[in-house]
Amino acid sequence: MNDVSSSTPVADQAAMLSMRGITKRFPGVIANQDVDFDVVAGEVHTLLGENGAGKSTLMKILFGLYRPDEGEVRLNGKPSGITSPSTAIEAGVGMVHQHFMLVPTLTVAENVALGLPSGRGPLTNLDAVSARVSEISEAHGLSVDPSTEVWRLSVGERQRVEIIKALYRDARLLVLDEPTAVLTPQEVDDLFVILRRMTDEGRGLVFISHKLHEVMALSDRISVLRNGQMVGQTIPSATSREELAEMMVGRSVKLVPDRPPVETGDVRLEISNLSVRGDRDTIAVKNVDLSIKGGEIVGIAGVSGNGQREIAEAVAGLRAPEPGGSIRFDGVDVASMGTRARRDAGLAYVPEERMADGAIADFSVSENLILVDHASKSFTKSGLFDRQRIADHAKKLVERFAVKTPTIDTPTSSLSGGNIQKVIIARELMSDPAVLIAAQPTRGVDIGSAEYIHSQLIEQRDKSTATLLISEDLDEVLGLSDRIAVMFEGEIVAIVDAADATREGIGLLMAGVVDAA
Amino acid sequence: MKRLVGASIPLMAAFVAFLFGAIMLLAIGANPWEGLQALVSGAFGSGDRIAATAIKATPLILVGAGITIAFRASVVNIGGEGQIIAGALASTAVGLSFDTLPALLFVPLLLLSGVIGGAIVGAIPGALKAYASVNEILSTIMLNIVMVQLMNYLLRGPLIDPLEVEAGTRIPQTERLPDAAALPVIIPGTRMHLGFPIAVLAAIGAYYLLWRTPLGFRLRAVGHSPNAARAAGIDVKRNITYALGISGSLGGLAGAILVYGSEGQRMVTDGSAAGFTGSAGFNGIVAALFGGLHPLWTIPSSFLFGGLLTGATNMQRALQVPAPIAVAINGIVVVFVVSSGKVRTRLDRFMDARSELNES
Repeated sequence: MNDVSSSTPVADQAAMLSMRGITKRFPGVIANQDVDFDVVAGEVHTLLGENGAGKSTLMKILFGLYRPDEGEVRLNGKPSGITSPSTAIEAGVGMVHQHFMLVPTLTVAENVALGLPSGRGPLTNLDAVSARVSEISEAHGLSVDPSTEVWRLSVGERQRVEIIKALYRDARLLVLDEPTAVLTPQEVDDLFVILRRMTDEGRGLVFISHKLHEVMALSDRISVLRNGQMVGQTIPSATSREELAEMMVGRSVKLVPDRPPVETGDVRLEISNLSVRGDRDTIAVKNVDLSIKGGEIVGIAGVSGNGQREIAEAVAGLRAPEPGGSIRFDGVDVASMGTRARRDAGLAYVPEERMADGAIADFSVSENLILVDHASKSFTKSGLFDRQRIADHAKKLVERFAVKTPTIDTPTSSLSGGNIQKVIIARELMSDPAVLIAAQPTRGVDIGSAEYIHSQLIEQRDKSTATLLISEDLDEVLGLSDRIAVMFEGEIVAIVDAADATREGIGLLMAGVVDAA
Repeated sequence: MKRLVGASIPLMAAFVAFLFGAIMLLAIGANPWEGLQALVSGAFGSGDRIAATAIKATPLILVGAGITIAFRASVVNIGGEGQIIAGALASTAVGLSFDTLPALLFVPLLLLSGVIGGAIVGAIPGALKAYASVNEILSTIMLNIVMVQLMNYLLRGPLIDPLEVEAGTRIPQTERLPDAAALPVIIPGTRMHLGFPIAVLAAIGAYYLLWRTPLGFRLRAVGHSPNAARAAGIDVKRNITYALGISGSLGGLAGAILVYGSEGQRMVTDGSAAGFTGSAGFNGIVAALFGGLHPLWTIPSSFLFGGLLTGATNMQRALQVPAPIAVAINGIVVVFVVSSGKVRTRLDRFMDARSELNES
């Protein structure tokens, strides 16, 4: 793509971090090939790429967890000398992990003090740590009370604790690994303000994300990795989301699926007064009413943990609802039926946890494709499996859904996430369901597969299926849904027509601000 | 490569076990080489010996095949002893209630009653696990004890041979069962009866069940991932019950074969479980492990263990070593083979880690 690094103003300054000609080979694979990457003080440099593109290898090299086969890492012009995460901290390089590394039962200050080298023998002066945490928190607008136990904090606040940990150790260069994955849109906005304040102080940030609108909003520079190689570097004003996606994938992709209007039919999924208990036996879904017509996709937007999983499991027959509610498929009350009977009544279910609930890792692709319908007459002959027909069936679906697999007998666990998800989608759509529950259908899936899965979901909608889409990815909800239901603390707080929905309005509703839309 | 290494581990374990056995023989002043010769010729030295080995292997094959079915559904069945006894008692009770029937009808009826007896005693811990979360390892072991007591009660009381009562000897055994009920000898001049081919067919049947039928598909799905099976509409609890029930039914079949293939043509015990089963309920587990928990490999592995059992008796006679030494060698083989499973998982993990590195 257009290499504009030389024209960016920041490139003239001396780089804090300079990785030159980094090559890392694993047996059979080149994870990084001649990669150049640098960060100058005061910039946000985004590292963009699909899973397996080499982003984490590059970061592991930065933190000394891998040694590069070729190339060198320099900090402030000198060889970095980083051999482990702890030497990285000494060198002023910090990391905010996607999964927080906090002890929930300890206070913020105690978490910050964990692993700190103590100046006073074996004892840590917690009061001093607290005072310094307050100071940092105030200076950066983080608003975190050092004496609060971490378990009391919201997800957004926990992330700020992670940032405080890095700032406390005075990290000049901070790597943020998918920091927005668990945040509401408002929390993301708040985070970006905080990050900007940090760059204003002259810190350098590496932002790893695959959410393109965030990348466009935050970055000063964007570097794109594909198959271990740096395929381009650009700045937001010179590019577009579509172009970035194309750089990541290597071909043009549709980020927003075509969604031609279709005539909706009768109500096929009708949920009324549904209440469901969660794993902790507290009410996770409260008196929910929702009906979906054939030919309609209703997306549920919400920060995860607000009852979405429980509603999906209740409709799928995996979680018993509280008495008094009803779930109807095509008018038939299925609330007391098991999953098998509901599937016979027209249910298809794409579970949120692909590997735990959606497919059996050790089963072959063809076995997973008949996981639901293995007992159907079309796959058996006088009680035994008709292996020819099962193989034909698998080959047909693998071809139709463009599943990349060496053979249909390959263990499903050795496929990529996107291809495993295609196997599940293929299996579930095969029955031409009345009701489809699609939970996180493209989470962690490469852009190409996501694009394909989206087109299949819309094609299925056009065949008059009622689809309940549950996704943490607001772009996905906005792009696929005909109507959007926003869940907050177990309740549907609003149902908005897709035509009237805005990212900001939905975001406020997700945070529980009801009169927003 | 991985498969090859995996397959060779049980053989290596057996080899090491024999090495230990040799040391033990040396320690008591016997010649290990002669011991080995006596063992091998005792097990496979003549047609008669091979027949005896096959007869010994028969319950091991059945119990072993049952173990593999339970294992594929991720449940453990340590209740082989109890299930054998249940099948034996059920088929004995049925056999005693008919004076005679045509053999063509009688034998299948008795085998079927053995199957049902074992299935019930297997399904009980299965249902307890599925519906009440009772650990099946404990409940199957406990049921073994219950079944031994039931056997002792029945063979000393309601089912005892009236002649034993008359003579006052009161050996816990039933009267001789009808001749038409006996399992027919299939190789004249040896003791090889129909039980052995039935067991082999049952093991092949277990293979077909697991990999060629919808029921087996469900059992394996539940074994690999109960959550994914449930989401796909498979009734996990019911299938766990089935797995232990089917596993138990093969033990029950072994029990019926032990009764109707016995020389005395009756059920007899010394008051312990092993007194009737010859510990086949436990040795079958070992045979299944030795066969890599695959029903087809259970056949040769049971045959080898059957050989070890008959051969050890011969070695004891030929070398004039005390009987416990044969039992001890058996035990060592068991320990090594079972622990080789651990070696195998470690090896698997190591190889997986290596191939993962290749992929990343």
